[in-house]
This record gives sequence, C-alpha cells and structure tokens, in this order.
Amino acid sequence: MEQKSVNKTNSNAYTFIFAIVMVVVVGSILAFAATSLQPTQYENMRQEKMQNILATVGVETERSEAEGLYRQYITEEIVLDSNGDVKEGVKAFDVDLAKEIKRKKEEQNFPLYIADVDGEKFYIIPLRGAGLWNAIFGYIALKDDVNTVKGVVFDHLGETPGLGAEITQVWFQERYADEKVFDESGNLVGISAPKGAPSTSKDDNRVDAISGATITVDGVSEMISERLQHYLAYFKAQSDINVPNN
Amino acid sequence: MLFLSNNEEREHFLSKKNRKLLTDPLDDNNPITVQVLGICSALAITVQLEPAVVMAIAVTAVMAFSNMIISMLRNMIPSRIRIIVQLVVVASLVALVDQVLRAYAYDVSKQLSVFIGLIITNCIVMGRLEAFALGNGVYKSFLDGIGNAAGYGLILIIVAFFRELLGSGKLFGYEILGHKGATLAESSGLYAWGYENNGLMLLSPMALIVVGILIWVQRSRNRKLIEA
Repeated sequence: MEQKSVNKTNSNAYTFIFAIVMVVVVGSILAFAATSLQPTQYENMRQEKMQNILATVGVETERSEAEGLYRQYITEEIVLDSNGDVKEGVKAFDVDLAKEIKRKKEEQNFPLYIADVDGEKFYIIPLRGAGLWNAIFGYIALKDDVNTVKGVVFDHLGETPGLGAEITQVWFQERYADEKVFDESGNLVGISAPKGAPSTSKDDNRVDAISGATITVDGVSEMISERLQHYLAYFKAQSDINVPNN
Repeated sequence: MLFLSNNEEREHFLSKKNRKLLTDPLDDNNPITVQVLGICSALAITVQLEPAVVMAIAVTAVMAFSNMIISMLRNMIPSRIRIIVQLVVVASLVALVDQVLRAYAYDVSKQLSVFIGLIITNCIVMGRLEAFALGNGVYKSFLDGIGNAAGYGLILIIVAFFRELLGSGKLFGYEILGHKGATLAESSGLYAWGYENNGLMLLSPMALIVVGILIWVQRSRNRKLIEA
C-alpha cells in the first residue's frame, strides 16, 4: 500500500498534472496581486515624476506633498511636434518618452514644462537615452535664457551601483547647475563629460566625468544634446526668449 | 490540525523543542555567522539601517510562508521536481513582497531594487526548505522559517548599525553624532571636536569585515561553537 502511494507521486502523469496545477494557481495569485496593487503603484510613480520635475528647479519636496507644489510652481505643460509647434489634445504629463523615442522624429511628441518659481521662469525638458545596461532618463531645467542650466535629475533602470548608478547622486547632478548648453559661437552643443578633461569653468559646455562610468556618462551627454535640439525651433519662435545665435 | 502529525498534536505550541526552533538560529546555529550563508545580501544592503530592517522583514515573510507552504505540500510534491516547486513557491512569494513594497513602501523598494528579487537566490531560504520543511510539520516549519530569518535579520541589523553609525554618523537617517558642517565652526556634536566619518564603512568589503568580527566575538563567547 505504502509503496503504491510513493509510486503515485513519482509517475509522469502525476508530475505533469502537479506542475500544471501549480503554475495555474501561482499565476492567478500573482496576476490578482499585480492588478489590485497597480493603482497605488501608479500613483507612487506619478508623484515621483512630479517630485523629479520640481527638483530640477530647486524645489525639494516629500512625495506626499509633490502634487500640491507641482500645481503651484508648474504653470504650463505643453507638447511640441518636431517643428516646434504646440500640439493640442495631448497631455504633456501623460507622454511616455520610452514609447515616443522609438518612433520617427516627425511623429514624436516633445513634452515641455514651464515653471515659475518666485518670479523666475524655467523650461523643464524630459530626457531619455541609453546607458550602459539599460535606459537612463531624467529632466533638465533651463533658465529663461534657455542657455544656462538650473538643475538636472537623472535616473536609470540598471546601471552598476557605485559606478554608472552614481549619476543619480546629488554631487554629480550639482555639477550641471549653471552650465551652458550653447557654445561661444551660439551652437547648441549640450553638456559633455569627457574622460580625462577636467572642467575648469561653467562656460566650457562640459562637466567632470565619473571614473568607471564612462559609457553611462556619455549616455547622459548624448541624451541631453539629442533631446534639447528638438526644442530649439520652439524657443526660437518665442519672442520673449533670446536664443543665442538667433 | 489537518497537517499536524500525531506527535505534534500532543506537543504544546511553544514547547521547549519549538522554542529552540526559534532561538537556535539566533545564536548557536545562526545562518550567517555559523553556517555562513546569505552573505551576498548582507554585504549589499547594510549601508543603512532602514533597508536592512525592511530586508529582514521581507526575508522573514518569504521564509515563514515558503517553509509553511512547502511543508503543507511535502507529501504531494513529486520528488523529481521538488527543487523546481520550491523555487516557484519562493519566487512567487518574492514577487508578491516586491509588489506590496512598490505599492506601500515605494522609496524603500527603489533602494532595495534588485536585492528583493535576489531573495530567491538567498541560500538560507532554499536551504531551510530542503533541510527542514520537506521533512517536518507545518507549524514547526513556520517557526523554523521565522527563527532562521530572525537570525539572518539580527546580523543584518547589527552590521547596518555599525556601518551607518560610523560611516555616516546617522541611524535611520537621523544625525546621531551631531551635525557635520562645512567647517569645524559650523559643525556640532562629535564633529565639532574634529571627528570624521569613516567612509570605508560605506563600502561593501567593510560589511564582510564586520561580519568577520561578529563571528570572532561569537565564537570566543559561545563554547559550543569552538571546534575541538
């Protein structure tokens, strides 16, 4: 009798059925948990996005208070097309850059946030590019001359902790403050972080790199210059903005 | 009662044997300092106390319930795929913990990111399933899971305590040793006397050294661990 029951759990049919039942049960439990927790998780990500946008213009806040401050400081959210014209019917906050960036340049939406902090106007541009292992993203805030950087926020999906992941650290992001994105002759060049070339001034369009994170930091430079150029047409069309070389 | 064997039914819920299941892994049979398992996560997440505490709680939840579930199924699991079954149970519990953290402790979940997922590969979890849950009753397995996770968490918290205190002068993010200003005059507390944070404590190798010191202290105090 005993022998039989041992054999039963070792038969092929039993093993197959056990595996199938297990997968179905576990799958349904996980699917249920993921769906029921999704709204809370989405809310967290939304608040974090607001927090990041605010951080670029120097407004540090707790996640729970981000929404109120966001409403207070971000005065305009617009979406541009590739010609720099404002697009109607698309909400800037809902634009998913991960999807946009895969489309052709002419079909992309370019979100732009305009902030007013104590009378000063800032233009906040969302960034997305490629790091060493996975996507990197963030925001860059330009002062109203659209040349000087107010602040930046970077984040990543899978860079190496201690190396590439250091781009999320405040000490690295602080290097970008007050840097210029146009060079002396008025060309939009962004901000690079070349290896072994220390940055001596805020006007040289470059910051000090992170050792051991060359590819990630190059990705940061690349995404800044790539993203910014799409906004140039819009900035030039605005009468109140004095774009260099215009 | 369905899953308890006859012996277990007669035993008191917190009998001496059951208490031992909880307390043994704290000292005499500690998974980190005695069995030297689960070291990788101990290195990675002990820079600050908060993630260490969250990790300890997460591992406790995963171990208690995976031990319990495997013990419930132990007579039904085909032995040929038992490791796969264990992995599926652990992996789905970890996925659940990850989802819950992302919803209710978002900042911590970002900080722990890959390490929550790596609970699956924590040798302690699989080790207890294979060595204990497959051969023992549900209640005992549950206690064993909690005991071992507590032993793991205890070491994690001790290591994180020293690393955060000496490395950044804080505990749970609060400045304990005073405030470090840009100059000596702007500093307060110990920093005003010229104390500097030990940056080495923030690097992973230091976790290994702290664990090593803990093992040394424990062995010199606990006669049972001294090998003949």
